[in-house]
Amino acid sequence: MKNQKLLWKMSNRAPKKTRKELSVDQKISRRNFISFTVFGALGLSAYGGWRWLYNSPMEPAGGITGDTRVPLRRALNKTELAFRKVFSNNHLVKTYPKEMAAKNVRHNTDIGSKSKLDAAAWRLQVRKISGEIMAISIDEIKSLPKFDIVYDFKCVEGWDQIQHWGGVRFVDFIKHFGLEAETKLDYVGLETPDKQYYVGLDMPSAMHPQTLLAYEMNEQPIPVRHGAPLRLIIPVKYGIKNLKRIGSISFSNKRPHDYWAEQGYDYYSGL
Amino acid sequence: MFIYWANDEYSITIFGHTFVRFFPDWYYNLLHIPSRLAEGMAFHFLFMWFFTLNGIFYILYTIISGEWRELVPQKKSFKEAWLVVLHDLHIRKMAPPQNKYNAAQRIAYTAIIVMGIGSVITGLAIYKPVQFYYLTWICGGYHFARIIHFALTLGYVFFFVIHVVQVILAGWDNFRSVVSGFEVVNEEPKTVVENE
Repeated sequence: MKNQKLLWKMSNRAPKKTRKELSVDQKISRRNFISFTVFGALGLSAYGGWRWLYNSPMEPAGGITGDTRVPLRRALNKTELAFRKVFSNNHLVKTYPKEMAAKNVRHNTDIGSKSKLDAAAWRLQVRKISGEIMAISIDEIKSLPKFDIVYDFKCVEGWDQIQHWGGVRFVDFIKHFGLEAETKLDYVGLETPDKQYYVGLDMPSAMHPQTLLAYEMNEQPIPVRHGAPLRLIIPVKYGIKNLKRIGSISFSNKRPHDYWAEQGYDYYSGL
Repeated sequence: MFIYWANDEYSITIFGHTFVRFFPDWYYNLLHIPSRLAEGMAFHFLFMWFFTLNGIFYILYTIISGEWRELVPQKKSFKEAWLVVLHDLHIRKMAPPQNKYNAAQRIAYTAIIVMGIGSVITGLAIYKPVQFYYLTWICGGYHFARIIHFALTLGYVFFFVIHVVQVILAGWDNFRSVVSGFEVVNEEPKTVVENE
């Protein structure tokens, strides 16, 4: 029956009168030929597209981002722009009762905080637009209102853990030290004192109401391996952005350099 | 879709780091993907767009063309699907009813759409758990959403493997009809034509 159906369908297409009517077999082979040509072309172009992408050049060395294929980086940046539209300070990370916080807090790396910490000499350096560099002691920071957060810390590696951190909110810190003008710029850069680890943050994420400059973990001073004396806790970003042992903070309209973005990771890594 | 999919092997590395004990070392060596997390994520966040758009276009197509009527399981499908399984495993001789798609195919091809929607939702839930907190909540939390997302990925692997095996078993003319959209049946009197 299907033969007849096919015939009927084809006759609907009104073949040119001048041409000789094709036999059924001819029609079948013609349609097969067209179908398989299209199928093959699509298959080849998909394969070619993949080869093109896979063999596409890497980003030039020495840039703000690096170590990934140029089209993939472009895709990461475009994706960030798309998802940035849903970012809002009203979207808060879920918090938990503090009993749920892990006692044995996971430790991943010591990049940037391997050297011995001289706690007495430590000052937070803040580079203002004017070029002036403020040096803020930990006691000054601790005198500001403390904010506690118990939330699910998320790592790009795939693990997550409920952790309890306490410190001053970045927004409160900005207000207290009169850095409102600096927050008109697009980015914040943070570095460890030895400049071995560094991150760049977009301003809206830094100014998120749950972003902390933390000095307590589980209501105790942060241990050295977890980033004493002061570390960044930014729940709207993956763990790679949560810099330990902050040495300096700067502000800029250009993207500050970022340790993991140079190694192929998304610059923004937002959640 | 499967062409991209088959090539997108690196997306698995993300889970590789989660489920380190899940994937043994030989698996990574086989695919040549040890510790390439950043690369995997970059591919993943590009190809997610293709998969999602592809899924949306496919669903729109089935709705607009009315093809969904051939695909959505009917009441009798679940019973018939069992017959299909028995028939395919050569336990039962009699062929179950076959229209464009048989009952098992209806269930499988509808399930894959549901799975695809599930992947998009759980994917968004773990990609932006703060911005799409309600999706994360629906999925039973961040951690559970990750597990569902991963389980669905394994589901696609099984779907893919079974699918390819079935196509090979069904033979060349069946494959030809998949590509060209029509089937040549040489009808002779009193010949029972069994598909699959």
